[in-house]
Amino acid sequence: MTASKELRDPVPAVIPARAGIPLPPPPRQESPGLWTLAWRRLRRDAVGMVSLVVVVFFLLMMAASYLGLIAGDWNKERGVSYANPAFLAGAENLEARALQGREASKTPPVDLSDIDPLAPRYKEWEERAAKIAVTEVKRSDTLPLGGDKWGRDVLKKVVKGSEVSIFVGLTAAILATIIGTVLGAMAGYWGRWVNDFLEWFYNIFTSIPYILLILAFAAVASASGKFGKGILPIILILSLTGWTGIYRLMRAEYIKHGNREYVKAAQAIGASNRSRMFVHILPNVSHVALVQLSQHAVGFIKAEVILSFLGFGVPVDMVSWGTMLAEAQNELVIGKWWQLFAAGASMAVLVTAFSLLTDSLRDALDPKIK
Amino acid sequence: MTNNNLLLQIQDLDIRFTIDRREAPFQAVKGVTFDIPTNTTVALVGESGSGKTVSAMAILGLLPENSIVAASSRILYGGRDLLKATLGQMQAIRGKDISVIFQEPMTSLNPVFPVGEQIGEVLRLHMGMGLRQAHERAKELLAEVGIPDPQLRINSYPHEMSGGQQQRVMIAMAIACEPKLLIADEPTTALDVTIQKQILDLIAKLQDRHQMSVLFITHDLGVVGEIADHVVVMQEGLIQEQGPVRAIFEAPQHPYTKALLACRPRLDRRPRRLPVIDDFLKGDGRPHLEERQRGTDPGDQIILEAKALTKTFFLKEGLFGKRAVPAVKDVSFRLPKGKTLGLVGESGSGKTTVGLTLMRLHDATSGEVLFEGRDLLRLTEKEMMAYRRRIQIIFQNPYASLNPRFTVGQILLEPMRIHAIGKDERERVDLAFQLLSRVGLAPQSFYKYPHEFSGGQRQRIAIARCLTMKPDVLICDESVSALDVSVQAQVLNLLQELQDEFGLSYIFISHDLAVVKYISDRVMVMNDGAIVEIADSDEIYLNPKQEYTRKLLASIPKGWQHAVDLT
Repeated sequence: MTASKELRDPVPAVIPARAGIPLPPPPRQESPGLWTLAWRRLRRDAVGMVSLVVVVFFLLMMAASYLGLIAGDWNKERGVSYANPAFLAGAENLEARALQGREASKTPPVDLSDIDPLAPRYKEWEERAAKIAVTEVKRSDTLPLGGDKWGRDVLKKVVKGSEVSIFVGLTAAILATIIGTVLGAMAGYWGRWVNDFLEWFYNIFTSIPYILLILAFAAVASASGKFGKGILPIILILSLTGWTGIYRLMRAEYIKHGNREYVKAAQAIGASNRSRMFVHILPNVSHVALVQLSQHAVGFIKAEVILSFLGFGVPVDMVSWGTMLAEAQNELVIGKWWQLFAAGASMAVLVTAFSLLTDSLRDALDPKIK
Repeated sequence: MTNNNLLLQIQDLDIRFTIDRREAPFQAVKGVTFDIPTNTTVALVGESGSGKTVSAMAILGLLPENSIVAASSRILYGGRDLLKATLGQMQAIRGKDISVIFQEPMTSLNPVFPVGEQIGEVLRLHMGMGLRQAHERAKELLAEVGIPDPQLRINSYPHEMSGGQQQRVMIAMAIACEPKLLIADEPTTALDVTIQKQILDLIAKLQDRHQMSVLFITHDLGVVGEIADHVVVMQEGLIQEQGPVRAIFEAPQHPYTKALLACRPRLDRRPRRLPVIDDFLKGDGRPHLEERQRGTDPGDQIILEAKALTKTFFLKEGLFGKRAVPAVKDVSFRLPKGKTLGLVGESGSGKTTVGLTLMRLHDATSGEVLFEGRDLLRLTEKEMMAYRRRIQIIFQNPYASLNPRFTVGQILLEPMRIHAIGKDERERVDLAFQLLSRVGLAPQSFYKYPHEFSGGQRQRIAIARCLTMKPDVLICDESVSALDVSVQAQVLNLLQELQDEFGLSYIFISHDLAVVKYISDRVMVMNDGAIVEIADSDEIYLNPKQEYTRKLLASIPKGWQHAVDLT
């Protein structure tokens, strides 16, 4: 469809320019860069904008939670065990009732004061104990999105959990994409021994079963203790094991583009190797990296669950969507579905929005797509 | 002519495309009416974007989904309107009654099946033949289209064949079911001149033998003179002129037809400037009578000299083996300052490799390239930077040689930044605007992306990019081969003007002898990596010494024997 394509954008008529004729002063305008144009195109894309808003919302939530502005008290046991969600206030809660019944039957059934040598002192102790203020918190029967086994608010857990999950997933995905892209670019662009070496490295890497590789890394990371406890080791483990697929794809793209005429043309004008690799080729293959980034972010959020399950994940005093999903397995059997729903739904919404956003971003970065 | 003689009638064809929902549909074909009589070759001629391919695809019902065909349009075939036919009816017609050959044989054949199987598939589908029968018939067809040793080649995969042979296979598939109409969409544009001649002869021969009609689509009026009976000239969706081939070539009525005839460089004359379409549509049509003198003097100052240049590629064979494939063998030549050296040869002759090796885009195996006395091949990468600026190259494919993610402004500013040309950014931007206007592009182009331009305009951008560095030597690697003849003339004129203005020296690589003859002072003919003949331009065309040169010259399309003399 050459006809329609060429006439799609009215191209200004050719001005016959001859030497000697004074040129009209060229009209100046601010030349919009690739990113400005991409932003303009993204703004016109309704799906992209909605996804962007959703992703930004999640990121803000994560930041606020990290700064302690919200959900700082997620650990407080506010409700009864497995408190019902607010919209299911009337539903029966057998677990909570069973627990209350047990507490009620704690008083000793038999009076042993006759044979108890400490009996004379009970009164004194009781008096002393009465001076210590003990406020019994009234546990509520319902929580906005229900409660877990200990009566903690699921909504707050989700918010707090996003901190770990999003941070781990995104950071590890970005790191893995950077590693994969740089190595893939080097192998594809330079070829020869660089390619041979990296291919060899890649083959060894991928020949080890994935879980085993993760465990090996995890063992090193936790044994050496250099990366500390917490989420940094998880990020490193995931990104250092997850770059292989991206590497393979980027290498293929670089081999393909390395021989294109526009790259040859750049060489002819004297552009350096680095400029050709990252200024000329990278924007033309960025869509591959972006799609991989979104897919890996999703995968890593899930991988964090596996790691947590194996004991290499987040410490017990923290919460993540992964640990929530792990807890939810047992709860589901007794019909308490809200923790699964809350963690699963937030993950689904974020992941969908993120995938759609990268899709839109890819389109927005391609000047050929209007 | 009675109705019985008409195979196909296209009446008031009107096709629009919805490109942007917010805008009115774009009208690609505006009320086109013409007939295809039985046993006749009709040529549909026009530039890119004239609507010729769209019209032909409408016959087969192969229009893209965003197209709208007006209700008044009719394509009558065998008493039926093809535009109203159902999908089932169209599928019975496609490939059987009406078949088509596309421009790119490499992409039209399925790379994972042997060619015999692909021909056989058509036969089994439309003729109801069995496997064995189809195989035998495929063999006959391959023999008919002139594939040597069909017994063996029937099991070849497409990549094992040359471009010309692939096109022959495409033709074999197209004629397999004895179609009544063969649509050939630019079937020779991607091929060498010598192969083009063979394919044209083959189509003419088959047309005669099978008594079929051919709709031949091309942008080059020159090639249809020998094979067409009837010519339809299209421009911007309208038919400008149609008539018997004799009338079109001898007494063209419309200025556009005259322009198309005149803008192709001719072997027998060399005007100072090639006529272009605008000369005919706006001017009086006969402004350029002055002839240009070409040729070299022994006393010319030599700017670039290649001595015994050799380049060998190594292909991997087996596990450890390597096979040497010589691409350039012992090539020596001199380029005088301010002159043009033409480099002619078929694909695979090594002419492009010479160009790339001169610029060190390939590493030479041995030999010297002396630029003002210094051997470029021995310089370090750092020393070479100073010379990179002075030798520049314009590639063949204007669609591939510009980075699609850069605006034209970025494309032009990048080399100036690398070589620190201009005092500051402001001066560079000024220079970029000057160059854009010099190559005939509007200032607004600075802010646009390459895909927003047509092929000829992109080639102008590539030329402007080279000019930013003020080079001394410009290598044009098939720089006009991918362009329509009319646009080709404009770009050739621009190159010539720039040479006159800046005293540039050109190495002009092309497979098109007429173009090389027009632009070159000295011509070098290459075959299989070696120089066949090297002589001054007029000399080589008047007195070719070698058999190979004579063969190349003979395959140039003659157009019409008595082509109208426009002077």
